[in-house]
Amino acid sequence: MATVTTANGHASEHHEVGSNYLNARKGVLSWLFTLDHKRIGVMYLAGTLFFFMIGGILALLVRTELLTPAGDLFQGDTYNRVFTLHGAIMVFIFIIPSVPAALGNFVLPLMLGTKDVAFPRINLLSFWIWMLGTAFLLYSIIAGSVDTGWTFYTPYSSDPQVGSQAGSAIIWALMGVFILGFSSILTGVNFITTVHKMRAPGMTWTKMPLFIWGIYATAVIQVLATPVLAITLLLLTIERTLGIGIFDPALGGDPVLFQHFFWFYSHPAVYIMILPGMAIISELVTVHSKKNIFGYKPIAYSSMAIAIISFLVWGHHMFTSGQSELASTVFSALTFAVAVPTAIKVFSWVATLYKGSISLNTPMLYCLSFLFLFTIGGLTGLFCSTLATDIHIHDTYFVVAHFHYVMMGGTVIAFLGGLHHWWPKMTGRWYNENWGRFAAALVFIGFNVTFFSQFVLGSQGMPRRYHTYHSASPDLKAIFTKWHQVSTVGSYILAAGLFITLFYLLHSLFRGKKVAEKNPWGAKSLEWLTETPPIEHNFHEEPVCLHGPYDYDEISPDGQGAGADEDDDSPLYLDKKTEAKKAEEPKAEEKKAEEKKAEEPKAEEKKAEEKKAEEKKAEEPKAEAKKAEAKKAEETKAEEKKAEAKAEAKSDDEADKDKK
Amino acid sequence: MSAAHGDHPKFLQHHFHSAEQQASASKLGMWLFLAQEVLFFGGIFVAYGVLRFLYPETFLAAHAYLDVKMGAINTVILITSSLTMALGVRAAQTNNQKQTVLMLALTILFACGFLVVKYFEYSHKIHVGLVTARSFSATGIAGSPHIFFSLYFAMTGLHGLHVLVGIIVLAWILMRARRGDFSSAYFTPVENAGLYWHLVDLIWIFLFPLLYLVK
Repeated sequence: MATVTTANGHASEHHEVGSNYLNARKGVLSWLFTLDHKRIGVMYLAGTLFFFMIGGILALLVRTELLTPAGDLFQGDTYNRVFTLHGAIMVFIFIIPSVPAALGNFVLPLMLGTKDVAFPRINLLSFWIWMLGTAFLLYSIIAGSVDTGWTFYTPYSSDPQVGSQAGSAIIWALMGVFILGFSSILTGVNFITTVHKMRAPGMTWTKMPLFIWGIYATAVIQVLATPVLAITLLLLTIERTLGIGIFDPALGGDPVLFQHFFWFYSHPAVYIMILPGMAIISELVTVHSKKNIFGYKPIAYSSMAIAIISFLVWGHHMFTSGQSELASTVFSALTFAVAVPTAIKVFSWVATLYKGSISLNTPMLYCLSFLFLFTIGGLTGLFCSTLATDIHIHDTYFVVAHFHYVMMGGTVIAFLGGLHHWWPKMTGRWYNENWGRFAAALVFIGFNVTFFSQFVLGSQGMPRRYHTYHSASPDLKAIFTKWHQVSTVGSYILAAGLFITLFYLLHSLFRGKKVAEKNPWGAKSLEWLTETPPIEHNFHEEPVCLHGPYDYDEISPDGQGAGADEDDDSPLYLDKKTEAKKAEEPKAEEKKAEEKKAEEPKAEEKKAEEKKAEEKKAEEPKAEAKKAEAKKAEETKAEEKKAEAKAEAKSDDEADKDKK
Repeated sequence: MSAAHGDHPKFLQHHFHSAEQQASASKLGMWLFLAQEVLFFGGIFVAYGVLRFLYPETFLAAHAYLDVKMGAINTVILITSSLTMALGVRAAQTNNQKQTVLMLALTILFACGFLVVKYFEYSHKIHVGLVTARSFSATGIAGSPHIFFSLYFAMTGLHGLHVLVGIIVLAWILMRARRGDFSSAYFTPVENAGLYWHLVDLIWIFLFPLLYLVK
């Protein structure tokens, strides 16, 4: 594999002590025009988290309005605008890019052991397009604000004469989402190509971390579903401006066609949102229980199965919109089929935890929260996909609760777990673990209080998207009032948990304890092999993947310790140049150590690594012919590098003398 | 980032191991992009199918107002441009810089020719009021002809935009070819632009019978 070596010209950058992707270049422009996937990931992260907060504040406004049956905070129109904006921001600006584009961008190339994604420029372009789309969507607020709900259903959205749609706001919003779609497609194209073409030597498909599988499945949906939304919104825009009679019934069009088109994207989009969440959970559940994943292949393939089935179930959003009974029945049956791969995943995660060495740290708490909340979200999905019950709960708070359990309880919780999991690697700082656990508990409690009560509301018939609730029966009104109030109180608890998270994460950026080790969690996947925070080009030398990503041999299912077939505690991945360098270049090593003020642990590490290197050598005859060849090539490379490094060390010394 | 480092070919970006890896990555990326293009147009083709199913008579009556001759000329132009494009890729692969430039220039010329014909078709339709629903003013066609012409403009307009983008992309490739960027060792951009151009051609191959040859 490794034919052409890393660019020699970059070697000097690699050797700079203490240099990482955050401080290698300075200035705002070095961020805005960076091609580094890690920086792009961080920018996405900052952007999406900001809009998570905006969307969350809008949700709090909605909940506050619903404290009382009367409409005392908003007029109906304003309320409609607020919940539309909440939905559009959360779905299009926050959740869809949150895990793939923010965390995925940062982690995916590191996990694959490559220097960058396949198309770094397109990666940057996708971020710029995301900002442009966001700007359009936000401008729609100034242009009069949209009140159609995030689904833009026709004919309400297509008729220029109706309600607040008279302005140009809807066009701005449609174009915003259209543009955001391009950002999503470009990310998808980039990730699929990267996974196919950029894996480290030795990393076969079944040695990829499951996070990659999840992101890969997501990327497939992003590429294949998003363009359908794009054409839909484009046609709707033309319908609005020129009138083409495709969706507008007044012109002979078919408004239900819009629903078909819209859900053909937006149902797969639900899986664009949840698959990355599942991908994160597959990582958290093994790393923080120190146990090999139960059912690697079923989890990996079920991601693909979900991706495929996701394209065949869009009609379950339209059971009451007048589609044929046959279609509804087929869509209902197919929808149940989604439960199979989903359940495979959930069972596998739970089985992974069984007899694991579970650390109840913040990421694991989020992981456990996910298992509870997502299971509730998934099971209540069965109520909605059953034709008869769906007629009863359609457009009620039951549906609202269901998709919040999946989107928020699933994806967002997993996102938070992943954020805490990779935060030390990304920032090089520790957040306060106690605050982290406390906030995770608050989020879990607040979330359940907020949304479980909505299941009750919905089952009693409270419809969604109303700012007042006056029922003919005073009993029912009392029930609605009670549960709405419970829900609102829950949303305040949830918000408190999230704001605490925001504060301690921000605090950690400036005051957090520095992360001393490369691999604080003791994880086995490649992203933990590089420095903390990673250097600009990810790895000193391209890593070679020798084992699966979850080979925790400390604990095996029978509780017997190391798996018999594996060579005890040999390193799973080798960063060869680093090893060679460390062994042969004690001077540079000392210098590094002095600067980092961590001599003793370093020395120990060094010893351990030397030991590992020896074991590695002993292991070599076992390796297959091909591997051996690759290694040879690399060894010669290492020697070349050695010579270089020595020369460099000398010049460094001279430079030091000069300074003195 | 593609600055030369000693033994490195100039075109090789730093995060790839080899020219082969870079070439296969960009080609896969291009195919994925084309897949999303197909789904993008797929949406509007489905809309066409649904509306034609709803208004079969209208489609039959209205399509007679399109100029089959012009459509046919445009079809020939586009297919020929696909040929010159393919020859251009071939020339790049065989280090024939002069022919690469010539073929790319011819392709661009044909693309412009296509748009000129389209311009005459459009201006005629607009002149007689065969336009989208809200400003439709032609009379004498049975059914709801505005739907047919709305679709006609939406579909060919979208396709025309793709032709326009194709011209820009090909002009850029032409410029690079003249500069001598391409050789048998590095011709992926020419190939990718070619793939895009063939797709644009292919979409027209579907649009032409669906719109002009309903009967």
